[in-house]
Amino acid sequence: MTTDGTSAAAPVARLADEFSKLPGIGPKTAQRLTYYLVRMPEEEARALAEAIVAVKERIVLCGVCFNITESDPCLVCANPRRDRSRICVVEEALDVLALERTNIYRGMYHVLHGVISPMNGIGPDDLRIRPLLDRLSADDIEEVILATNPNLEGEATSMYIQQLIAPLGIRITRPARGLPVGGDLEYADEVTLGRAIEGRQEF
Amino acid sequence: MNRHRTYRTEGVVIGQMPLGEADRILTLCSPDMGKVRAVAKGVRRTKSKLGGHLELLNRASVSVAIGRNLDTITEAYAISTFGDIRGDLKRVSRGLYIAELVDCFSFEGNGSQAMYSLLLGALHRLERGANLDMLVRWFEMRLLECSGYMPELVHCVECRAWLEPGDHLFACESGGALCPNCRVSSESALLPLPMNTMKTLRFVQREASFDMLENLNVAPNILKDMERLMWAYMRHIVEREVRSAEFVSLTTN
Repeated sequence: MTTDGTSAAAPVARLADEFSKLPGIGPKTAQRLTYYLVRMPEEEARALAEAIVAVKERIVLCGVCFNITESDPCLVCANPRRDRSRICVVEEALDVLALERTNIYRGMYHVLHGVISPMNGIGPDDLRIRPLLDRLSADDIEEVILATNPNLEGEATSMYIQQLIAPLGIRITRPARGLPVGGDLEYADEVTLGRAIEGRQEF
Repeated sequence: MNRHRTYRTEGVVIGQMPLGEADRILTLCSPDMGKVRAVAKGVRRTKSKLGGHLELLNRASVSVAIGRNLDTITEAYAISTFGDIRGDLKRVSRGLYIAELVDCFSFEGNGSQAMYSLLLGALHRLERGANLDMLVRWFEMRLLECSGYMPELVHCVECRAWLEPGDHLFACESGGALCPNCRVSSESALLPLPMNTMKTLRFVQREASFDMLENLNVAPNILKDMERLMWAYMRHIVEREVRSAEFVSLTTN
């Protein structure tokens, strides 16, 4: 199938082209979405377009924690009822959403916007590590929770940050490693299972 | 036509790239098939049954389904996770550098038992051993050897004259040291090769096993010289920056 205008009208081809730039969307899916939009009521299509524009125009990064937000500082940083003595360091803004859904963590966040990935040429200077250090030396922080993803690059990032902040004498922790809820023991890899047994708790 | 839809092999995960929502494209170095690129579906999900088995630097046994473009990993089982590398930033950075080099020097469909054994040996050493920078130099030299890029450090690479004791220059383009006569006429970029650095490199070149090198005490400036030279030579051969090298420098102290 082509998008050169002979088989599809130019605006349709253009939209399909734009869709296919999105992650996880190939040419077929792009076409399906486009033809769905063509049949959509106009007000719904307009709402979608406005939502896209609003994201680009109104969303900024929080000046304190670098979370994605509409107001600077973000809702978490501005909330007086949050525990300001704890900072949870995460890779992406989506991780903040995941942690907020737990309703257990009441401290602050710091979003790195990536992970150290030497093979892809991403080093510590490409992440928001320097502002984290500034925060730690300026505010009264008791605990830093390094909640990067539990894979090699995430762990390397945590270790790197740990080395940088160890001299400050702040308590450094990381989330427990163990078995996921709803999973089968037999499928767990040896590292996860080993850590889960090491960190077992009284029943 | 190949009638088998799946194949089994083992390999070390030497590269990864996120794909879509929760998938990754993995690069494995396997002894019989060379570089294998395959999609691991859902590995980024916490409940993935593949996930922990296919971490970077893991040695894993895998079943792969042949696809039209990319193959897909259907089953994976970690043979060794090299756990003691993971807990130490210096070892992690050097492990990733080694993996990236293997990625640069291996080819799809062209297995090399020698390269695979070298990679496994280096990772095992990296878990417990000392003298990590020397280990990396030794690995580079052996990798150059099994890929046919072994540098010439005994005779002049241009005129074949025996190199007199003294400071020399190294020409990446020719892949070896130059004698004072050939140096004048050479048009390629030259790197300094002081006598003691050259002697140490020759020693590294001769040692097929790392045992003797592990306890070898080398002055820091010679180690640094060797690193600079090998990195420049590697960059010349692979025709790009070996990106993990920067992180190795960051985690040296």
